[in-house]
Amino acid sequence: MSDLLNPTLGNAPYDVMRVRQDFPILTRLVHEKKGRAGKPLVYLDNGASAQKPRTVIDAMSHLLENDYANVHRGVHFLSQRSTDLYEAVRDKVAKFLNAPSRENIVFTRNATEAFNLLANSWGGRFLKAGDAVIISWMEHHANIVPWQLLRDRIGITIKVVPVLDDGSLDMAAYEAMLTPEVRLVSIAHASNVLGTVNPAARIARLAHAKGILVAFDGSQAAVHQPVDVQAIDADFYVFTGHKLYGPTGIGVLYGRKELLDKMPPWQGGGDMISTVSFENTTYREAPYRFEAGTPAIVEGIGLGAAIDYVSALGMSAIQAHEQRLLAYATHKLSEIDGLRIIGTAPDKAAIISFTMDGIHPHDIGTLLDRGGVAVRVGRHCAEPLMDRFGVGATARASFGLYNTEAEVDALVEAVQACKAFFG
Amino acid sequence: MFDDLRDLYQEVILDHGKNPRNFGRPDAFNRQARGDNPMCGDKIAIYLTVGDDGTIQDLHFDGRGCAISQASASLMTEILRGKSMKEAEALFGYFHDMCTKDEDEQGDHGTLDEDATDKLAVLSGVREFPMRVKCATLAWHTMNAALHGEATTSTENASF
Repeated sequence: MSDLLNPTLGNAPYDVMRVRQDFPILTRLVHEKKGRAGKPLVYLDNGASAQKPRTVIDAMSHLLENDYANVHRGVHFLSQRSTDLYEAVRDKVAKFLNAPSRENIVFTRNATEAFNLLANSWGGRFLKAGDAVIISWMEHHANIVPWQLLRDRIGITIKVVPVLDDGSLDMAAYEAMLTPEVRLVSIAHASNVLGTVNPAARIARLAHAKGILVAFDGSQAAVHQPVDVQAIDADFYVFTGHKLYGPTGIGVLYGRKELLDKMPPWQGGGDMISTVSFENTTYREAPYRFEAGTPAIVEGIGLGAAIDYVSALGMSAIQAHEQRLLAYATHKLSEIDGLRIIGTAPDKAAIISFTMDGIHPHDIGTLLDRGGVAVRVGRHCAEPLMDRFGVGATARASFGLYNTEAEVDALVEAVQACKAFFG
Repeated sequence: MFDDLRDLYQEVILDHGKNPRNFGRPDAFNRQARGDNPMCGDKIAIYLTVGDDGTIQDLHFDGRGCAISQASASLMTEILRGKSMKEAEALFGYFHDMCTKDEDEQGDHGTLDEDATDKLAVLSGVREFPMRVKCATLAWHTMNAALHGEATTSTENASF
């Protein structure tokens, strides 16, 4: 195991060059071709998916080479071993979110599946026609579409909290929306486009005062800052592994135990059953009730390694590092004539969406890519938000724990060159 | 820094991208379609006037998009004016192959107007940029939908 797991490291100054050595992909060149030298990779698409440290890659291969078998089934040695390792990840996730217990942690395929679970199981059982769910204008489609599907099925209404011009949530409008028919508030903890970090504790306090539950989409927040589900008093909290330097195919739904216990299964088969006969089936307790079929065992182990990795660095240290990058990049990009940053809320995660006068984001993306700079361009699965800010699409630089000020400089240089190119 | 991007962004494309020809909704037309590229948010509308003899008498477009998609739409409107529906379909087939296939794999699209194929060649650079093929072909898919009386199309529904 890497010495990064040395617990003393959390107290050392944040050494980004040391951290970079843990990510094999960061040494590769891109656009290398015969007769043309490649460009160093400047990976600023962490909001879409983050790169993986060696410890995550190794943990998954190690499992496959040494300990792999199906979980919760066998009586044999490897099945027990695999089960223990997999279930230990549930403890790690619980600790990572400061959940009261491992039983609060439901494994899903990703954040999208977690929201579908929530809408289908909790929503399907406890909501009825005329009830309302509050979302916000800055939601990812994963926290819009499942509620629309439920609306079409049972006739709930969806209320949308507006976003102010700087990208902050309109808290006054939010408060006014907390009317008696509202049963759930489901809102991004941090916006994947604007970077805005929403005041989760305040959102929850206001909702709870009216007896309304709250769910947070932590897909972006959980990778940029420490998250404490008890401190913010979340009823549900969702995040995904692949944005947290872990593998794809594994995500998490945190839920308060008394809520999970009352929720019915939503997919049937495999691990979620207690007894089955052709007349009747009884289901296991939460969280297993929500985990039908063979789970993503290898990916779960990878998520565990990712949590070990970021925890050893310290989420607060990661946050401080990224906030320095955000401030530096915001300053440098703001100096470019004709560049507009979408989302300038006071509290932001290290995400910068921007447009450039006369240059379409898609063209920006292709040109930046030729400079080795990987950004996301498009609508970022947040189409209503694009309409809100009157843009068809944006370019987005999203920073991770391994990015450097030199990479911000490379971004700025590529943006300048892009501007000159389209002159 | 971007020398090799000149294959993709030739001067003609930059010019058409900045100053698109036949841009805007015309007063009169008899067929139209809207096209979306959900990945990047580009939207385009094509307005056609097709004569009784099946000749494209007039065509315009509007919408928003990247330099490639705007240039492709602009060039297309210039090329297809006065062409028959059959010729337009053949050129679409040719253009689609040009954007997606190596030269030796491109199909036979019959005898084509050489002036038209020469003009379209400036967009052949997208072949090296698979992520950008949809940008180049969106206008053509939308035109094809308009010709065949479909109101909307999407690059996500088209086969590439």
